Amino acid sequence: MRPAQTTYQRPTSVAEALQILAAHEGAKLLAGGHSLIPAMNQRLATPELLVDIGRLDELKGISVSGNTLVIGAATPHAQVTASPNVRAHARALAQACGMLADPQVRNWGTIGGNIAHADPASDPPTVVLAAGGKLRLQSATGQRVVDANDFFLDLFTTALQPGEILRSIELPIVVDRRSAYVKMPHPASRYAVVGVAVFLDVANGYCSHASVAIGGAVPKATRSPGAERALQGSHLDDAALAAAAAAISAEVSGMAMSDLYASAEYRTAMAGVILQQAVRAALA
Amino acid sequence: MKVTVTVNGTRYEREVESRMLLVHFLREELGLTGTNIGCDTSQCGACTVHMDGKSVKSCAVLAVQADGREVTTIEGLAQDGTLHPLQAAFWEKHGLQCGYCTPGMIMAGSAFLRDHPHPTDEEIRHGLEGNICRCTGYQNIVAAMKSAAENM
Ligand SMILES: Cc1cc2nc3c(=O)[nH]c(=O)nc-3n(C[C@H](O)[C@H](O)[C@H](O)COP(=O)(O)OP(=O)(O)OC[C@H]3O[C@@H](n4cnc5c(N)ncnc54)[C@H](O)[C@@H]3O)c2cc1C
Ligand code: FES
Ligand code: FES
Repeated sequence: MRPAQTTYQRPTSVAEALQILAAHEGAKLLAGGHSLIPAMNQRLATPELLVDIGRLDELKGISVSGNTLVIGAATPHAQVTASPNVRAHARALAQACGMLADPQVRNWGTIGGNIAHADPASDPPTVVLAAGGKLRLQSATGQRVVDANDFFLDLFTTALQPGEILRSIELPIVVDRRSAYVKMPHPASRYAVVGVAVFLDVANGYCSHASVAIGGAVPKATRSPGAERALQGSHLDDAALAAAAAAISAEVSGMAMSDLYASAEYRTAMAGVILQQAVRAALA
Repeated sequence: MKVTVTVNGTRYEREVESRMLLVHFLREELGLTGTNIGCDTSQCGACTVHMDGKSVKSCAVLAVQADGREVTTIEGLAQDGTLHPLQAAFWEKHGLQCGYCTPGMIMAGSAFLRDHPHPTDEEIRHGLEGNICRCTGYQNIVAAMKSAAENM
């Protein structure tokens, strides 16, 4: 459990961090370190240079700007889950960041590091995708905003390019939108075996908008168009929930992951069960 | 790289390799071997200390990340020879068997009790989710936490 030799720099601004990244091909950003350092301990990662952005205030904090909830990438999970703004406008994200890992990890791990890492068993990517979120990326030459639908590309793979920093996570604020995140955690690591996020617009029992995403079970956070169709335009009754559950399990079945703890078949079956729990939690 | 870390109230300046983990800094550089290493996956919590007042697994941060910060280890918890109420409660309620997980349990538990002065059993169990004990079955750990909460 000792990382390989490396070097370390702690820039005092995002601009300086971007310069260092541009000048060093083997450089890797370090935020909380709670994915990167365990990987370095196993020698799965052997970066030549660590660029510590964990103390940059310009990457921290949570604010509301017009109809957008803006979360700085280097904000620790514990602050995301405690934020009144996140609780009010994206309850599912407060739930995900409050139930991931354990208190020690939530104190120091950051939401941006989690999203940039794109571990298939992570919780926040699933919620950001279901929320219709956007990721603001910055490079030495400027900023771009990428829709979450186009950001998560594969296992540990995102649209982030070399030399880019994730600045913030931006979620739309929609009046009366309800949300929930429910997961089946791995008993030792607490990572998601199956996690489902739902965002619903409901008035008088009628669901006029539904967005659903699943993670843990599949290689990357993935929308479920079938479950969305089954819920949207329904009264979220048992029949609609059963149809949505069947739809998400059918979609997952071809791409479900398998390991010693949970087989692909089990994850496929649980996808529908967890989805129904998430819808009921959003309505509660 | 040169780091300055205040550990249990004493300021230490050391030249360390960038790759050195905080737990190795505490154990090998400073000789504070109360902080244990129980796994190689950052899952067991045996290495938990406080950094700037917040609990952290010291195997999941580098010593260079602790530069300029304050760290408290199990050795720094007793004040003027008086055990912290949670240390005393672990003793009284038999919150340990082999004792390997205990320093981490107490560091995680003391941070939790500071933020949750009147916890339920369930809140205690969630609050200690990052700490694994192979011996006790947790029952007496929860009892020690409840007893300490009453005495704090
Ligand atoms: C025991 C344990 C259990 C865990 N359980 C869970 C769980 O149940 N659910 C869950 O979701 N997560 C879990 N995690 C992971 C945790 O949430 C991490 O904190 C998180 O994934 C990474 O955030 P970090 O700030 O620590 O990133 P780091 O480890 O510092 O970085 C991770 C990666 O992202 C890159 N990066 C970091 N910040 C940026 C940025 N702003 N822009 C671009 N790239 C960046 C880094 O270069 C690196 O490649 C667990 C971790 C541990 C140790
Ligand atoms: S040694 Fe740090 S969590 Fe196990
Ligand atoms: S007392 Fe032995 S591991 Fe907890």
